[in-house]
Amino acid sequence: MKFTLSWLTDHLETDADLATIVEKLSLIGLEVEGVEDPAAKLAPFTVARVISAEQHPNADRLRVCQVETADQGTVQVVCGAPNARSGMIGVFAPSGSWIPGTEMELKPGKIRGAESNGMLVSEHEMGLSDEHSGIIDLSPAEGETAPALGTPLSQLLGLDDPVIEIAITPNRGDCLGVRGVARDLAAAGLGTLKPLEAPKVAGSYDSPLTWQIDAEASGACPYVAGRHFRGLTNGPSPAWMQRRLTAIGLRPISALVDITNYVTFDLGRPLHVFDAAKVSGNPTMRFARRGEQILALDGKTYDLDESMLIIDGGAAPEGIGGVMGGEDSGCTEETTEVFLEVALFDPISVAMTGRKLGLNSDARYRFERKLDPESAVWGVEVASRLIADLCGGEASHAVSAGKRPDPRQDITLRTTRCETLGGLAVEAERQKEILESLGCNVVDTGETLQVTTPTWRPDLEGEACLVEEVLRIVGYDQLPITPLELDTTLPLPALSPRQRRVAAARTALAWRGLEEAVTFSFVSVKQALLFGWSDAQLRLLNPISSELDIMRPSVLPTLVEAAVRNSDRGFPNVGLFEVGPQYGDDTPEGQLLVASGLRSGKSSTRHWATDQRALDAFDAKADALAVLEAAGAPVENLQTTADAAPWYHPGRSGQLRLGPKVLAAFGELHPRVLQAFDLKGPAVAFEIFLERIPEPKRKDGGKAKPALTLSPFQPVERDFAFLVADEVPGEKLLRAAKGADKQLVTGVQIFDVYRGQGVPEGQKSVALAVTLQPTERTLTDEDLEAAAKKIVAAVEKQTGGSLRG
Amino acid sequence: MLDQTSLDALKDELLAEIAGVADSRGLDDARIAALGKKGRVTQLMKGLGSLSPDERRDAGQRLNAVKEAVSAAIEARKAALDEAELEARLAGETIDVTLPARPFSVGRIHPISQTIEELVAIFGEMGFSVAEGPHIEDDFHNFDALNIPPEHPARQEHDTFFLPPRAEGEAPLVLRTHTSPVQIRTMQQVEPPIRIICPGRTFRADSDATHSPMFHQVEGLVIDKKTHMGHLKGTLIEFCRSFFGIDDLPVRFRPSYFPFTEPSAEVDIGCSREGGTLKIGAGGDWLEILGSGMVHPKVLRNCGIDPEVYQGYAFGMGIERIAMLKYGIPDLRTFFDSDLRWLRHYGFVPLEAPSLVRGL
Repeated sequence: MKFTLSWLTDHLETDADLATIVEKLSLIGLEVEGVEDPAAKLAPFTVARVISAEQHPNADRLRVCQVETADQGTVQVVCGAPNARSGMIGVFAPSGSWIPGTEMELKPGKIRGAESNGMLVSEHEMGLSDEHSGIIDLSPAEGETAPALGTPLSQLLGLDDPVIEIAITPNRGDCLGVRGVARDLAAAGLGTLKPLEAPKVAGSYDSPLTWQIDAEASGACPYVAGRHFRGLTNGPSPAWMQRRLTAIGLRPISALVDITNYVTFDLGRPLHVFDAAKVSGNPTMRFARRGEQILALDGKTYDLDESMLIIDGGAAPEGIGGVMGGEDSGCTEETTEVFLEVALFDPISVAMTGRKLGLNSDARYRFERKLDPESAVWGVEVASRLIADLCGGEASHAVSAGKRPDPRQDITLRTTRCETLGGLAVEAERQKEILESLGCNVVDTGETLQVTTPTWRPDLEGEACLVEEVLRIVGYDQLPITPLELDTTLPLPALSPRQRRVAAARTALAWRGLEEAVTFSFVSVKQALLFGWSDAQLRLLNPISSELDIMRPSVLPTLVEAAVRNSDRGFPNVGLFEVGPQYGDDTPEGQLLVASGLRSGKSSTRHWATDQRALDAFDAKADALAVLEAAGAPVENLQTTADAAPWYHPGRSGQLRLGPKVLAAFGELHPRVLQAFDLKGPAVAFEIFLERIPEPKRKDGGKAKPALTLSPFQPVERDFAFLVADEVPGEKLLRAAKGADKQLVTGVQIFDVYRGQGVPEGQKSVALAVTLQPTERTLTDEDLEAAAKKIVAAVEKQTGGSLRG
Repeated sequence: MLDQTSLDALKDELLAEIAGVADSRGLDDARIAALGKKGRVTQLMKGLGSLSPDERRDAGQRLNAVKEAVSAAIEARKAALDEAELEARLAGETIDVTLPARPFSVGRIHPISQTIEELVAIFGEMGFSVAEGPHIEDDFHNFDALNIPPEHPARQEHDTFFLPPRAEGEAPLVLRTHTSPVQIRTMQQVEPPIRIICPGRTFRADSDATHSPMFHQVEGLVIDKKTHMGHLKGTLIEFCRSFFGIDDLPVRFRPSYFPFTEPSAEVDIGCSREGGTLKIGAGGDWLEILGSGMVHPKVLRNCGIDPEVYQGYAFGMGIERIAMLKYGIPDLRTFFDSDLRWLRHYGFVPLEAPSLVRGL
């Protein structure tokens, strides 16, 4: 919502300057988005007189002028304009000023040897028009007086009126007119609201047209008033009106059209005028019929449907109710008789129609935000007065149809409520005064104020609304600053154990050298399908692009895509992770928090002391285990199974399970996935399902750790090599060895896996390093022998293998 | 042969020989030649037996002195040679210590995660706990319960993403347009007093230079019997100053409108825009940073809480926005691009969780 300062003072009697007004507007909830002072740009340029204009000694087309200025006395200026001449009155730009039209700073200098200390400017140079054939000539016509030397150009042009732009929140439809803004400022103590003056225009004949409202349309249009005018002259509107409309970004068209626009912004009251000669019958408010069309004033044709209220001009739709008028019955310069429409439309109906048609207008904006129903009465008077004043002619008696709703509400405001809800005690008398200044009717009953809201404030619905009105006018800066007290001496934990785990997972992955990414929750169908999506419920109905329309079934596709982007930028070695959601279905339970990661390219940068190793599934397994450990999972008890999801390489991937629960998956990505994304492999990935990790539980609920028993005897390490069938998983050997003597065996490592010469076809040799930790005495040779036997027996039995001789 | 002069000559000769050896092998030869079984000193020792006891004592003493001197010389020479050999070996073992160490790099934490951790640290100190909720929501939790009826202009401004309805005739599901539904879910489940913040992903069907279809918000909610707007001011002023680390940061509350709060306030912080650079702090200018207000009685009622008994405040802000302001990140869209260079530049080393005690 834009208006100029002088426009505001039409409604507000005030001594306040621009800065005060601007600050106050923001502080009462009418947020100032910008103040444009067109005068500021033109400030340096003032009226000057050319004393003499002599031919330049060295240039045919230039003249050397002596210019009399108000501030700098006589200044020499070299001028190339053909109309520069002795005695003329022009506009002088001093050296150092910024020339808006050419966007250059004016510098003193010599032009062909003659000094020049400023400029006589053209309209083009002032950014006012394209006119640059000559300099601005303000020389008076016969019998007129010239403007005084030093008069600012902005003042001559009437551009000394600052334009203020404010943001109006959706509840304040009443401030979509300058008058509403003025009322708020007056309530806030910045002056007094002037009375609305629109001397009645007497009707001299009966209107040949009357309003009709279809019975079924009375909800969408409860009331409409109008009036017929004849003998009009529809020329250009007066300069003051054009200046104001131009200042707020509207294009002046003709007096009749400008009047409707002006009243829309001045009073927040949209109007429409039909060229009465082009309307064939009584205008009727009715719903459109399927198949009907209208050519609207914006030059576009719109298809209408049965939900849209239109104004039927007797033969065809002549307007879309509350949204836009029709071109066919619009006013032109030839228009001499009009029919005025001052209607009330249902805000929801207008909003729905506008949205369906994709049609925004100043009228729609206001109707959507609720109009003062009484504006349908005074709107007729204001419009009539302006039409009579600007276009002459005569007016009919007013006509109307329907019934105006009464949106006033009776609300009880406890006089203590400002303090209990707002924290600030306000005198009942002051509360009453504020509410009255905003148009409320207030009766003080002692404990409470009985408030009747004005017709233009349908947003005031309850006690809290009235508290806000009082407090915003008093000023939020007056509210106390009260610390929020803790219920406990020290704060309790803000995070649940589950939430802490998320941070732990994140930290663990960063320490493993992966960068944390945050990627979109949606992916393309093609990507989603590769990662197991099938639920049509997870497809957005209105995606911003077809590449982003499925709620991702896994975090990996967006990470793979990120890896490709980085690779394309010349950074092929990528290590990324994200702790984010994947969506299994559309229920809250279907959303899982997953710590996922991807490594692609080389395992490390090339380095003189280390070999560059190809990435493999064990990199991803290590990442997964690091997260599980950080998140408190019992990693010692996990089982690895080779059955990961189909987006992994079927032979090079696995899942980490705790009993039947899958806590994580890891492995090389399937070549099909790499190909689909165009990512150069290999790439390994992992997914840890954080919510499935059981919360560590202790019987006593405490934090104490179990007692530490340290053995005084040295541990012994013994190596064993077994020949087992190729398909026997290594984990099986580890478990067998560990289980052989749970007291004595405290650690088992696989330190070699070998196939080839010396090992029969279809078998492999697996070498174990077993740590034996005695607790009662140093192990004797016999003890060791016995333990080794147990280990060998256990492994052989459980794997079908044999100790390698 | 055992007279003093001869022994002195022998001693001098042997010492000279020892001093002259070049390496430990030469020293060994010299030692054998002097003190070995057939060494010259040993031979003389053997000859002592043929002397009278008196002569033997004298000659023995003299000879012993020679032997000790030679032994000492050998020891000393050995130490010197060992030292020289060690030095020579070490000199050969020299490496170029300016070469780079084996690579180990720590990844960085994304600014969004870091900012959320900071929010938790600040509001945690004020007694808030963290609540979370689903991203796929229904109309009730995302709009209706928050006093945003279907035709409300604010609902249109939300640019909502829709998902198919669960059943025919039902309203479509939505991606939550704000984190406010978490407030609703909490109020439905928990008896007041309530004091929560809800950080998380939010979605709006809007994408340009300053909008991303996905972004993050944090909302706060306090419901009890006594919390009023003064507390709202107290909380948010404290938060803004703590988060930006500026003790005298000006904070301004302006009346505004949100369907779910009444009265409502937007909060501005002080800044300066001198020379086209935005700087947070006392600078004569204002920057809008968050929305807030007292929870609307209708919202409380929608959640089964009696507004005649309970009241409280709510606030909300964009996490990317405050991160951009605090850390000088110029472009919203870069948050989700996963550019490794960006992540390393704007990310945080995972050394410690943000905490007020340690400083943010």
